[in-house]
Amino acid sequence: MALKVLAAMSGGVDSAVAAALLAEQGHEVTGVTLKLWCYGTSPVSARACCTLDAIDDARAVARRMGFPHFVVDAEEVFRARVLQPFLDAYAAGRTPYPCALCNQHLKFGDLVSRMELIGADALVTGHYARVDRADGGAVALRRAVDDAKDQSYALALVPYAALERARFPLGALTKEEVRGHAERLGLAVWDKPESQDLCFVPDGDYAGFMVEKLGERRGTDPGPIEDAEGRRLGTHRGIIHYTIGQRRGLGVAAPEPLYVLAIEPQRHAVVVGPKQALESPGLVTEPMNWLMPAPPTHATRVMAKIRYHHTPAEAEIHLRDGGRVEVRFSVPQSAITPGQTCVLYDGDRVIGGAAIAHALNANAGAARREVAPIAP
Amino acid sequence: MIYLDHNASTPVRPEVAEAIQACLTGLHGNASSLHREGQRARAAVEGAREQVAALVGARASEVVFVSGGTEGDHLALVGGAWALSRSPGRVAISAIEHHAIHGAGDVLRDHGFRIEHVPVDARGVVDRAALERLPDDTAIVALMLANNETGAVQPVAETADWAHRRGARLLCDAVQAAGKIPVDAATLDPDYLVISGHKIGGPKGAGALVVRRGAPLAPLFRGSGHESGRRGGTENVPGIVGLGLAAELAARDLASEPARLEKLRAQLESAILDADPSAVFHSRQAPRLPNTVNASFPGARSDAMLMALDARGVAVSAGAACASGAVEPSPVLSAMGVSREIAVCAIRFSLGRTTTEVEIEKLAAILPEALRAARAAAPMVA
Repeated sequence: MALKVLAAMSGGVDSAVAAALLAEQGHEVTGVTLKLWCYGTSPVSARACCTLDAIDDARAVARRMGFPHFVVDAEEVFRARVLQPFLDAYAAGRTPYPCALCNQHLKFGDLVSRMELIGADALVTGHYARVDRADGGAVALRRAVDDAKDQSYALALVPYAALERARFPLGALTKEEVRGHAERLGLAVWDKPESQDLCFVPDGDYAGFMVEKLGERRGTDPGPIEDAEGRRLGTHRGIIHYTIGQRRGLGVAAPEPLYVLAIEPQRHAVVVGPKQALESPGLVTEPMNWLMPAPPTHATRVMAKIRYHHTPAEAEIHLRDGGRVEVRFSVPQSAITPGQTCVLYDGDRVIGGAAIAHALNANAGAARREVAPIAP
Repeated sequence: MIYLDHNASTPVRPEVAEAIQACLTGLHGNASSLHREGQRARAAVEGAREQVAALVGARASEVVFVSGGTEGDHLALVGGAWALSRSPGRVAISAIEHHAIHGAGDVLRDHGFRIEHVPVDARGVVDRAALERLPDDTAIVALMLANNETGAVQPVAETADWAHRRGARLLCDAVQAAGKIPVDAATLDPDYLVISGHKIGGPKGAGALVVRRGAPLAPLFRGSGHESGRRGGTENVPGIVGLGLAAELAARDLASEPARLEKLRAQLESAILDADPSAVFHSRQAPRLPNTVNASFPGARSDAMLMALDARGVAVSAGAACASGAVEPSPVLSAMGVSREIAVCAIRFSLGRTTTEVEIEKLAAILPEALRAARAAAPMVA
């Protein structure tokens, strides 16, 4: 049966192919491109995915496939739900993961609320992930078939209810197959480069973006670089320039390589130490977004992934107050970073995700100060 | 599709399409050629010139064929200002002029001219008192006859009279008014008047600038003596023939069409109020075109509303959206003092020759559902 489909199109090849494949299958597709950012007149990189050129690319795909396309002005939502939290996180010494928030509030928030505009049955995106029915008919988010492209991690904060109507046509394809479809369908974006960095910071210089483009002042004052015992080793350029596990750019001479262990916004300090001090037995999350109808009620074994390029590690989860979860790894993990997303997997299924609040009591003194009291 | 975007472009009349087709297949000559084929093409162009002149109450010799409204506005404002002012001078533009006039103003500004903007009142009608404050060296005043977004009709005759007493010229963009209300150059008395083919049932890419009583004009395209030296370039014969016939048919229909459109407009306005008693009409208190309704539906942003109506088979225009699709308040509504919150919810419905009572009835049934969907899609930023 032909569905009415709202297709989110970034202007890149993945979302173009996702939309085009559904159109080819005979579904009634309406393409939309979220305008997230004011492009102004500054030169933008061809690698960024949400530029004015990208809107034109999405329009060209819609024309080619013969379906309508609209631009959705979502700048206001983007500022309130993604950009401001991004700034607040850096100012609080965290390293945010804005793609998760963008998926939560824009693609599976704002766009879901716009489905009714066209009476859409389904929302399609170019994410590499799968949705299917688990036992009992409940919808499940799963890893993509192409392990190298899997984006299930970035989707873990999506509201569970929104998954019901989501379609990810690329979840069963490899990138090569996707480019093959784009070429076969005559989509001009077929050889467009991959977007790498955050779409709104195409050059990857987050600190420069925050300071120069947004006028951010918080976390930009110089302060002390200390070791775990509180000895001052040097001066940093402002805490927004640092992230947990960072080795380069510290400007401190030491007999062994030093890594950022902790960022302490109140004292405006960056704490550094040896690599082994980065390890922690676990973490506590912010309130968990469960992607299952009946979240676990007792300690459960999972695989937990703590950043985009992390290999999921075996862990046991314990429920804490306010929907938070304590994750205890079988083997200590390195550079657990507050602000990044912790995603819980049961096999290839994503069962939940949440931002990391803090690492658990580790063997390093600096990290100890970061640990909040945990209910037993 | 219930097409309610006739101010953007209105369907080509079937007779016009036939005439254009006949030109394309049977009229090969260059209108400047001396042989009989050329003379046939010339006859077609000059016949169209008479037809256009008749629609706007001008002389055929005053009609210059151009590519459309934007070129006509540029030729009049830039060409007029260059001919009138040896050293960079000053022109005045009403705040609600079409982008084409503002664009021509930008060209002049880049060449050292000073541009004055004349404000409008809350009804969207130009403020006569502000005209009085214009500097004495203002060479040209640009005032459209009817606004494309609101349909508000401007006091062109009075402004022309005022300008002439001050030794200034008046440029009247009548693109949106032509064919919808009588446009009589003798009464309005502008020095320059512009119309466009595709707004009156003719083709896109053809329009006319009327240069009255030998008003000064420096051509923008030179190199040959086309259009009596006022606009170089081989005549677009099929486009000009289509424009001419469309002008003749529009003039004929002026006897009955405005009254028919006014009735449909009243039907539309009550449908809007039935669907949303909180709807805010723009320029409803002004003298206005019979075909244009501009209304804001508070809480339903125009981008969402446009999409909801499109999906339900209704084509309208969202006040103003830039190329990137950002929802910005229309400069016209802003100039009228409409708040940003209301302006970003504005929808323009423009009726035309093909609009029927049944279509408005259908729209009345669609509006409440589209509104509900658009309001549900309001951005969640709280």
